[in-house]
Amino acid sequence: MDVRSQVAMVFHLDKCIGCHTCSIACKNVWTDRKGAEYMWWNNVETKPGTGYPTRWEDQQQYKGGWERDGKLIKLRAVDKVRGAVTVFHNPALPTIDDYYEPFTYTYEELFTAAEGADQPVAKPISMITGKPMNIEAGPNWDDDLGGSPVYAANDPNLEALTPEERQQMFDVEKLVFFYVPRICNHCANPSCVASCPSGALYKRGEDGIVLLNQERCRAWRFCVSACPYKKTYFNWSTGKSEKCILCYPRLESGQAPACFHSCVGRIRYLGILLYDADKILDAVNVPDSELVDAQRRMILDPFDPEVIAAAKERGIGDDVISAAQRSPVYKFVMEWKLALPLHAEHRTLPMLFYVPPMLPVQAKVGDYGYDTSVEGFLGSIDQARLPLKYMAKLFGAGNEAPVRYALRKQLAVRHHRRALQACDITPEQAQALLTEADCDVEQADAIHRLTAIAAFEDRFVIPPMHREEAIELLDEDTLAAKGSTGIGFREGPARGP
Amino acid sequence: MKWIKDLFSPKTRAWEEFYRNRWQHDKRVRSTHGVNCTGGCSWEIFVKDGIVTWEMQALDYPKLEKSLPPYEPRGCQRGISFSWYLYSPIRVKYPYVRGALIDLWRTARKRYDDPVEAWQSIQDDPKARARYQRARGKGGFRRVKMDEAVELLAAANVHSIKRHGPDRVVGFSPIPAMSQLSYASGARFLSLMGGVCLSFYDWYCDLPPASPEIWGEQTDVAESADWYNAAMVAVMGSNPNMTRTPDCHFIAESRHNGTKMVVFSPDFAQVSKFADQWVAINAGQDGAFWMAVSHVILKEFYVDAPRPSFEDYIRQYTDAGFLVELTPSETGHRAGRLLTAQSLERYAGEEHGEWKFLVLDEITGAPRMPGGAAGQRWGQKDQQWNLKLEDPSTGEAIRPAISLLGRHDGTTPVVFEEFDAGRGVLREVPSLRLKTRDGREVLVTTAFDLMIARYGVQREGLGGDYAKSYDDAESSYTPAWQEKWSGVDRKTAISFAREWANTAEKTGGRCCIIIGAGINHWYHNNLMYRSGIVALMLTGCVGKNGGGLNHYVGQEKLAPVAPWSTIAFARDWAAGARLQNAPSWHYIHCDQWRYEAEFTEYHPVPDARDGTSVAQGHTADLQAKAVRCGWLPFFPQFNESSLEVVKKARAAGAVTEADIVAKVVARLKSGDLKMSVHDPDAPENWPRVWYIWRGNALMASAKGHEYFLKHYLGTHHNLIAKERAEGIAKDLVWRDAPEGKFDLICDLNFRMDTSALYSDVVLPAATWYEKADLNSTDLHSYIHPLSEAVPPAWESRSDWDLFRAIAEKTAELAARHFPEPVEDLVMTPLAHDSPAEIAQREILDWSKGECEPIPGKTMPHLTVVKRDFTKLGERYSALGEGAKNLSAHGVKLDVATEYDELRRDAPCEVVDGKRLPSLRRAEHGANVILHLAPETNGEIAHKGYAYLEKRAGVKLTDLAAGSRDAHVSYTDLQSQPRRLLNSPCWSGLLTDGRAYSAFTTQVEKLLPWRTLTGRQHFYLDHPGYIDFGEELPTFKPEPTPDAYGDLRDSPEDGIVLNYLTPHGKWHIHSTYGDTHRMLTLSRGCEPFWINAADAESIGVVDNDYVEIHNDHGVVCTRAVVSHRLPRGVCIIYHSPERTLGVPKSPLRGMRRAGGHNSLTRVRLKPVLMVGGYGQFTFHFNYWGPTGVNRDTRVRVRRLPNPVI
Repeated sequence: MDVRSQVAMVFHLDKCIGCHTCSIACKNVWTDRKGAEYMWWNNVETKPGTGYPTRWEDQQQYKGGWERDGKLIKLRAVDKVRGAVTVFHNPALPTIDDYYEPFTYTYEELFTAAEGADQPVAKPISMITGKPMNIEAGPNWDDDLGGSPVYAANDPNLEALTPEERQQMFDVEKLVFFYVPRICNHCANPSCVASCPSGALYKRGEDGIVLLNQERCRAWRFCVSACPYKKTYFNWSTGKSEKCILCYPRLESGQAPACFHSCVGRIRYLGILLYDADKILDAVNVPDSELVDAQRRMILDPFDPEVIAAAKERGIGDDVISAAQRSPVYKFVMEWKLALPLHAEHRTLPMLFYVPPMLPVQAKVGDYGYDTSVEGFLGSIDQARLPLKYMAKLFGAGNEAPVRYALRKQLAVRHHRRALQACDITPEQAQALLTEADCDVEQADAIHRLTAIAAFEDRFVIPPMHREEAIELLDEDTLAAKGSTGIGFREGPARGP
Repeated sequence: MKWIKDLFSPKTRAWEEFYRNRWQHDKRVRSTHGVNCTGGCSWEIFVKDGIVTWEMQALDYPKLEKSLPPYEPRGCQRGISFSWYLYSPIRVKYPYVRGALIDLWRTARKRYDDPVEAWQSIQDDPKARARYQRARGKGGFRRVKMDEAVELLAAANVHSIKRHGPDRVVGFSPIPAMSQLSYASGARFLSLMGGVCLSFYDWYCDLPPASPEIWGEQTDVAESADWYNAAMVAVMGSNPNMTRTPDCHFIAESRHNGTKMVVFSPDFAQVSKFADQWVAINAGQDGAFWMAVSHVILKEFYVDAPRPSFEDYIRQYTDAGFLVELTPSETGHRAGRLLTAQSLERYAGEEHGEWKFLVLDEITGAPRMPGGAAGQRWGQKDQQWNLKLEDPSTGEAIRPAISLLGRHDGTTPVVFEEFDAGRGVLREVPSLRLKTRDGREVLVTTAFDLMIARYGVQREGLGGDYAKSYDDAESSYTPAWQEKWSGVDRKTAISFAREWANTAEKTGGRCCIIIGAGINHWYHNNLMYRSGIVALMLTGCVGKNGGGLNHYVGQEKLAPVAPWSTIAFARDWAAGARLQNAPSWHYIHCDQWRYEAEFTEYHPVPDARDGTSVAQGHTADLQAKAVRCGWLPFFPQFNESSLEVVKKARAAGAVTEADIVAKVVARLKSGDLKMSVHDPDAPENWPRVWYIWRGNALMASAKGHEYFLKHYLGTHHNLIAKERAEGIAKDLVWRDAPEGKFDLICDLNFRMDTSALYSDVVLPAATWYEKADLNSTDLHSYIHPLSEAVPPAWESRSDWDLFRAIAEKTAELAARHFPEPVEDLVMTPLAHDSPAEIAQREILDWSKGECEPIPGKTMPHLTVVKRDFTKLGERYSALGEGAKNLSAHGVKLDVATEYDELRRDAPCEVVDGKRLPSLRRAEHGANVILHLAPETNGEIAHKGYAYLEKRAGVKLTDLAAGSRDAHVSYTDLQSQPRRLLNSPCWSGLLTDGRAYSAFTTQVEKLLPWRTLTGRQHFYLDHPGYIDFGEELPTFKPEPTPDAYGDLRDSPEDGIVLNYLTPHGKWHIHSTYGDTHRMLTLSRGCEPFWINAADAESIGVVDNDYVEIHNDHGVVCTRAVVSHRLPRGVCIIYHSPERTLGVPKSPLRGMRRAGGHNSLTRVRLKPVLMVGGYGQFTFHFNYWGPTGVNRDTRVRVRRLPNPVI
């Protein structure tokens, strides 16, 4: 047993309001500079939709992630050997058109325009060339079903549906959308790390955060194509790739990452998962339909004395183990099985998990108009507007079972709470639904509490990072660091060799 | 951690400092955003190297009850973008004046030593005046010195007062709650000077008139945490994801607690994702749906199987049981006035007996008088004004019968108008015949009996044209009937009604409606709201946690309202602030009234039965009547200066104030002096100088923006509508329409928005991270600060400091022109929460000889106010002794002790030899407010409750008992937001972390609502409401596009769509929409949302440019094609600037196209102008017509080759 400690995450999509506050929190701190304009380490996508960069989920085009190759798995697009051949022309690499050309406006004209015959305006210009431009794309272009005939209709996940079902998605009785916020998944089996010819990408030992060394990066950009989530970006100004750093400077000082802190929908959870690195291969080398379960088998029970012993053996401190035991992520992913990995079929073992959203019930349009009256008080999963197979494409690697399980349990918890507060559902009815959903009253109340009531400190259980020890590991004196941190001249990052 | 070393070389980790260095910062300072978003979020502003680098949400809100989700974090995508503005290229860093004007000014200043004379010389030269007016909005700004700009402003102020009177200087700033001192700055300056403050809440159409109609309350709603207490939530016309972003999580969380969520929205709005049921209702037809819901509730829960809890609720807390006279007419009886106590011999001696009302007492079987009505409120005796079930004249218990059925001595057929069908129907109601004191014999029934008949729900023994069943589509308000309006199947209406009432019954009233501008912006919004509120009242859901009408449109809740309003309107120095309802003012002054004919073209009313109905004619005529009768204000008041009027009266021998008033009344009666409203286009009646601060008065809130450009500014415009009012608006003088009424427009701003671009003078204002201020909202129950994270950048200053500079300079220039104090006659309407609530039982117009003009009774109040223009600066900066007595919402607060504490302990100014608390700096003002407010000083709350307890005769002081020593200061707030205390000025209770829900004080403490009967009103017996056919809840169809007349003069090019302007995702009003962040995350512009099939029909594909036009103007922007919208409607989210990438319009000769308000013109709903009666009396931002705009139609066509 090779126990690893991973800072893992849950996004509760039923709660996401699609506001993008997370995206801007991140941009303000990390990517508000030249060369990084188009980088959205955190972005939010409307589903159905094509996302950012556009149709990133289409691996026919982008060739990200891993695929099974007989007994083992291999990178879909490039690896360190094959990469050398394609380094000067990598057809799977997204281009600026797949992202967007960053733009701004000539605001100053509003102050400086000479008196004329008509009102002056600020005009759109490119942030790359400085020249006037026509704005044709952006990082959130299909927000809220904007341009749905072009974008939502071309959501790669709709491939799971029949042409008829796809057509119906855009009828008012079935119309629906929801949001998927995305950051780097800080995968346990990261294809970006595996793809880098320079060894610039690595997974931090103490917390599993995947980082991209800004000194070592040599602009190969293999990571960009290798990541099936398109969460590494090439900085055209510094000539280095960059990616989400899970705000390690914040985590190291006991604060939630900026996008988590700022999540006003309160959808985000962060905490430690312990997993067995010896089981990584077992977890990824199974058929698609078994991937969700296989990944769960890799994750260890932090209360299991054997696990605790093995973790200590590995040097994982008591305080980190304690954090793992209090981890909200462990509850959502392992105890309650409500949270699922996004596109597990890429076999990177994402360490960010999503609770799938419940959606409005379907309507009928008959002779008398639009009718949503339903039998059950809160409707049912099968009456929901999005076909389960669409959800399964996102969160079950095509397998509906784990998605149905997660949705059924959420609905059962709602009925249970309804029975407590409004008594128009009897306790017997509620109990039957809970049982059917593999849940008991205690678990239902715990789910409710963490979903609805949880305060900041319940949602984010940040393990101690022991910076003092990390400094020692660099053969530096912690007391000296105390006196000298931050002293020096500020230099911008230089373009790499 | 040794093992890490085994895995990775630590040396490869040294680079990690790269990002650590970015995260480092020097300090964090608490502030917020003053943007009328209702968020009221507390933020930490991060400063590094003296520069604001970013902001993150504060998390330290004091917790509510443990069973509730916490408030952290609060803040949205817009708020977190704000730091961009500080150093952005759109920041106003210096004062600017348009070149054309500054050149004229400098030339004039060389010629005239006195700046006032210099300004006068420009105004006396029509060519010069037109020269700079024409240049408005067309570039040519010149950076100037602050002193020069301020001198120009001061000169314009003094000149305008001298030539025209002080009420020609006006100011507009939006909702104060989000930056209370900043609002107060300009308002205080104007009020000291006699200038005019324009209202905002009604002008934005944020005011829900149904709230004053039913509750006598501007707006009072639950804080967002209380949504979690609901068991069923109906969301209509509101999109909390967009507009209540920091609160929206309570919706999701409530749903996970088992709450059912039903969303009514024509488009799949963002909040629909939280719905258990999304009801794709036809736009603007929610009223029909709710009428049917109440039909079902009345039938099943009041008739078939009556629920005692519902009956007891409406018996005690509503007017259901009040007796209403039935008046005979040719076609049958009609619902008339409430039966008054003075009608009966038994109550012959009652003071204000015509303002006290009667119920049928089940105990004695006779009419009895409960307490709590306006007559009791404004009477001499204490302890009469409460909701106890007793007759205060004897103390005997009473039990009002909500229906006469079974106690009736006859049935009477009553006519009910069905406006959708254009007919009246006859239905029998149970009635009683009573003998009145004056010998009349009257037929009466109860308000409830009328209402249930109105809804068409038949009861045994009552004949007439009642609905036959739910499937009777011909009878108004049945589930089948509503289908043709709402497009929603009857089954949905029926099942919704049952679930609603069942939930309410089982939970004790925990059903709530979250409602917003999507309903409130329709012409008949008051009726739509009322139809929903009726369903709440019938099921006992008002005044309950988790229940009630939660209207969230605008951040109107200024928690410490009593001391704040004293400071803002300078009541510490003198009463007599000029507070103007903006909708009426703009409708008249910017000449939008000229472009329409009779309102009955599009607004169905009962036949004008005997010619006395006010429901006929032109809206402007009713507006003029409203001013004459004292229902609504209007400034300027007279076609003479309000200073000259007093001088003339003095010259004619007036000695006392009463003499002066009498002389003015005589002149008005004879026609020698005229109210300006009758001749708004005469130059002596024009407004002259306009201050705009904290807002975007010329674009985002300029309904009829192009009319503003034409008639106010005198610059280019794109309106093509033809005038129609000549000969129809009879009380207003018809002249050639003036263009360019305003001499000067000054904008205080931190960004170059459209209003700044079109103003003559732009002053650089401090941002929200650069000043001290206070913030509160109705979405949560905290008060918290804005703070100076960095000093105001470049030459900017806080609004507070800018207006102090203007006040000081105006005082300096006034020394020559007004060396002595002056007397100003101020005309104000009959006021809510004052004895004027019992002024007018009938509509009588003194100008038509129907009654005598009596100020404060049949016409507005006239008051002489002394002003000293040379002391504007000193008084601005010091709290006058008038602040020892405060009042708000009818609660009187004697704070002399606390005032003296300030004089002893706080910074002071010396004015006229007296030491007075200082208001020199904004933080001084903040501390004064916090010290004198019941919401932040427990002792003052206790005093207020004691006052009310004595008046009402119900126990209230216990509400303050536990917090008498609570007291907070500005620096306390900087360290942590503080929860408000229970306050006599508000209706919700906050004890022990309880979530605020409106009217819980009324329900639990039996303190009356501030209405005619003291109860919630199903029935509105104002004679004007009866004339308009709105005495009972009803449904009036949306004005037809033809009659509404947006496309009368436009070319028939493109398809016609209903034009909706809800709040969007990427801006708060127009703020943030121009930031790089929001432009990047949206489409780089404010696009036009259109249904995919509609787009296809005009050959438009996603991201094409389109030209959207009607008679009022034109907009050119990109199209977003989406299935999310139904056919027939389109959306431009409120509200874009016309300053960013806007193309020119081929339809308007290649002139620059406009913004969203280029397509609007305001129509005022005239019934909302009536007043002088109970809750129908004026209060600023409380009563009057609202700026509706949702019935607008546009044409849309593709714009193939845009020229920007």
